[in-house]
Amino acid sequence: MTAPASVGLWGLAWRRLRADRVAMASLAVVAAFLLMLLLSATGLIVADWEDEVGVNYAPPSFVGAAPAVPAMVPAAPAQPLPDNPFDPLADDIRALRAPTVDMYGVADPLAADLAQLGVSGVAAAGAGKLATLPFGADKWGHDIIKKTIKGGETSIVVGLVSALLAVGLGTLFGALSGYCGGAVDDFFNWFYSIFTAIPSVLMILAVAAVLQQKGVVTIVLILGLTGWTGPYRLIRAEYIKHKAREYVLAADAIGASHWRRMFGHIFPNVSHVALVQMSILVVGFIKAEVILSFLGFGVPVGVVSWGSMLNEAQNELILGRWWQLTAAAIAMAMLVTAFSLFTDALRDALDPKVK
Amino acid sequence: MMDANNLLEVSNLRIAFRVDRKTTAEAVKGISFVVPRNATVALVGESGSGKSVSSLAVMGLLPPDTTVVDPASSIRFDGREILTMSTAERRAMCGKDVAMIFQEPMSSLNPVFTVGAQIAEVLRLHMGMNTAQARRRTLELLEEVGIPDPAVKIDAYPSQMSGGQQQRVMIAMAIACEPKLLIADEPTTALDVTIQKQIMELIARLQKRHAMAVLFITHDLGLVAEIADHVIVMRHGEVREAGTAQQVFGRPADAYTKALLHCRPTLAARPWRLPVIADYIAAQATLGDIAEGLPPHPVERRRGSAPDDEPVLVVRNLSKSFHLREGWFGKREFKAVKDVSFTLARGKTLGVVGESGSGKTTVGLTLLRLHQASGGTAMFEGRDLIGMSAREFQHYKRRIQIIFQNPYASLNPRFTVGEILLEPMRIHRIGADDRERTAAAYLLLEKVGLPASAFQRYSHEFSGGQRQRIAIARCLTMKPEILVCDESVSALDVSVQAQVLNLLQDLQDEFGLSYIFISHDLSVVKYIADQVMVMHQGAVVELADSDQLYRDPQHAYTRALLAAIPRHG
Repeated sequence: MTAPASVGLWGLAWRRLRADRVAMASLAVVAAFLLMLLLSATGLIVADWEDEVGVNYAPPSFVGAAPAVPAMVPAAPAQPLPDNPFDPLADDIRALRAPTVDMYGVADPLAADLAQLGVSGVAAAGAGKLATLPFGADKWGHDIIKKTIKGGETSIVVGLVSALLAVGLGTLFGALSGYCGGAVDDFFNWFYSIFTAIPSVLMILAVAAVLQQKGVVTIVLILGLTGWTGPYRLIRAEYIKHKAREYVLAADAIGASHWRRMFGHIFPNVSHVALVQMSILVVGFIKAEVILSFLGFGVPVGVVSWGSMLNEAQNELILGRWWQLTAAAIAMAMLVTAFSLFTDALRDALDPKVK
Repeated sequence: MMDANNLLEVSNLRIAFRVDRKTTAEAVKGISFVVPRNATVALVGESGSGKSVSSLAVMGLLPPDTTVVDPASSIRFDGREILTMSTAERRAMCGKDVAMIFQEPMSSLNPVFTVGAQIAEVLRLHMGMNTAQARRRTLELLEEVGIPDPAVKIDAYPSQMSGGQQQRVMIAMAIACEPKLLIADEPTTALDVTIQKQIMELIARLQKRHAMAVLFITHDLGLVAEIADHVIVMRHGEVREAGTAQQVFGRPADAYTKALLHCRPTLAARPWRLPVIADYIAAQATLGDIAEGLPPHPVERRRGSAPDDEPVLVVRNLSKSFHLREGWFGKREFKAVKDVSFTLARGKTLGVVGESGSGKTTVGLTLLRLHQASGGTAMFEGRDLIGMSAREFQHYKRRIQIIFQNPYASLNPRFTVGEILLEPMRIHRIGADDRERTAAAYLLLEKVGLPASAFQRYSHEFSGGQRQRIAIARCLTMKPEILVCDESVSALDVSVQAQVLNLLQDLQDEFGLSYIFISHDLSVVKYIADQVMVMHQGAVVELADSDQLYRDPQHAYTRALLAAIPRHG
């Protein structure tokens, strides 16, 4: 007898996913972002992002080079105001404005250099730098595309690691709370209530204030320590439901320990909840990092992330330099949309009730 | 073509389900049958036979996205073709001319409306009654279906009624518009045996009084013997046999029908082992006509307790109470099990029977300490299983095991069969290493009649009967001495039930296991048990050798239970 190859629930889920075109397309986008992250983290690409390759605020190539900026050309000295005949100090002012200043016989040693700078200052600073870049440059002339890729490294890592932390905590607390019930459940519920009673931004700021330092690790801790409440609630409900199921009773009957029942038997059956929570949180935390950086609690100076790019962009936008904002926003929107679609499809594929 | 005497004519009905984009699975393979006016037709078949799918097609309740009805199929009701009807026409017909009652009254009634409101809604929609008229008619209907005190119950919510009353409400709703055809899809399967009898009598009475036709769908051939005029036996989407009730029950032509009639244990005889469908199909091929059933095994199995029985488990005054919260501070004690005492002999079977809520399952769970007992002792090898600490009990766990009712729920869906079988051996350190354990697991798979390839597969790939075998194999890995079977065959089809009962019997013969066999089905208990304990509302009302108990029941409740068993032939 030849048995057909056995397909587990995960195999089934993968089969269902593969049949879903939207899921596969979004998975491809997510995979591309992860690949980019890997390459940039290992320094294979965009290691040179900090090179000032373009003129500052070089516009994107498809827009064309900026015309000579009038502010950069040394302007003709403003015409003096006409004399006021009633001014009692008119004579003094006229004396002060006398063209010759007594230099006490000392000649300015930099006079020649200054004169030269006055003529060709701007042109010299931009020498050897590109007037346009594929998607423009920032204030320092960094290539925006490279900067966006490098920034993605921070943002995606922050999103993934802090989501992992949050879901890990939420699952552990939820499993203990739901499985044990009674006093343990009460304790965690009180803890949960306190956490959710505080407005989330205030909570984030409070944790940030306690941690007192900027850095990627800090952001991960902030988001992870405040984000476990959602997964906790869902996992707890699943455990309450599952602990009375017959297969758990059967595991009890064969002598499986509490720990084994909790994580060996029940967890594989509720893991889809944790997984989907995880992907929802990844999306949320990438956005949260942006907000944190925007508020100034984000990554330290010198580290680039999509959030810090958006933070810079608020000043640039007034000057009409829209490209940094656009690049970060497009990258984020693409990843977040793809991740959300993938999450949706994943949940459908893992739900045993949806056929 | 259409006989005016036929209310419903189904011809060449073919229904397939879409599995995925390319493949479809045919559930009904070109069946034809008629339901005459003013008659009861029973559609009998096991799970997967296509009986429910056929009835849903008549009601137009099949999900349109996933079903394909063959264009050559035809369902004519009262001279009109149902399959080509517009949705609006069909909706007007359903509920008014054709009504349906379902298996689960609890999930068919909306829990947030009173039953009166739900019946009145049907009357207002289909009969155009106003509120006062509808209420008056609802009271009459509730009276007619035998709800006690209808003036009070009309304002009750479904959760305030028992399962039997809920099913009566469903029936009242179905007959509210005087339908010409009533489709009853397993209406009594979820109910206790005494309630089942009442509901069957009610349906038969209503059928006569209202001159309706009834299409009665069930898996239990024995159940319909008393009420059906015509019987249609289905298997795997095909009609195996159709005819009048006398014909089908008295002189069945098809081997499958014969098997269905005989593989269910009866009160009259106790064969050495139960015949299964394969026996009949094989016998039909070799012997030809076997209308009277297979030649019985020369030896009937003898049951009963003997004075020299060695007691293995002595239970005294076992009780279990649950505390229900009442109001803000109040607590009410609910005694689920009251002072149950019995002795289980080695190698013998104790049957525990009772209706739902009688506490029979709680007894089983308490003995395994899956529920904490409130009092009493259970002496096993001179030690009290109830009183010992959890750490001590860990060593006894492998010696007393349980097989649950629902084989779909009691196996972890994320484990392969191999993992399911290896886990208990690893926990209890049975066998020297995993290689030895794996060898033992393969032996057990063979013992319970599963192929070796099952080891690598997941439990959802198996049928209900096969899963129950996996559950049995899991218990056997620990070589227990006592096995609690908690309604272990109740969720299975009758033919599969016979196979599993045979397996349990073989294992008892081979290993000398002692069973505590909990069931609501008295025929099954009569077949398998040496002693029978009848429970009612948490207390033991009668405990006797099974032959004696069935021959001469002492307690009124036992007599009521026995009287409710459907009989045929």
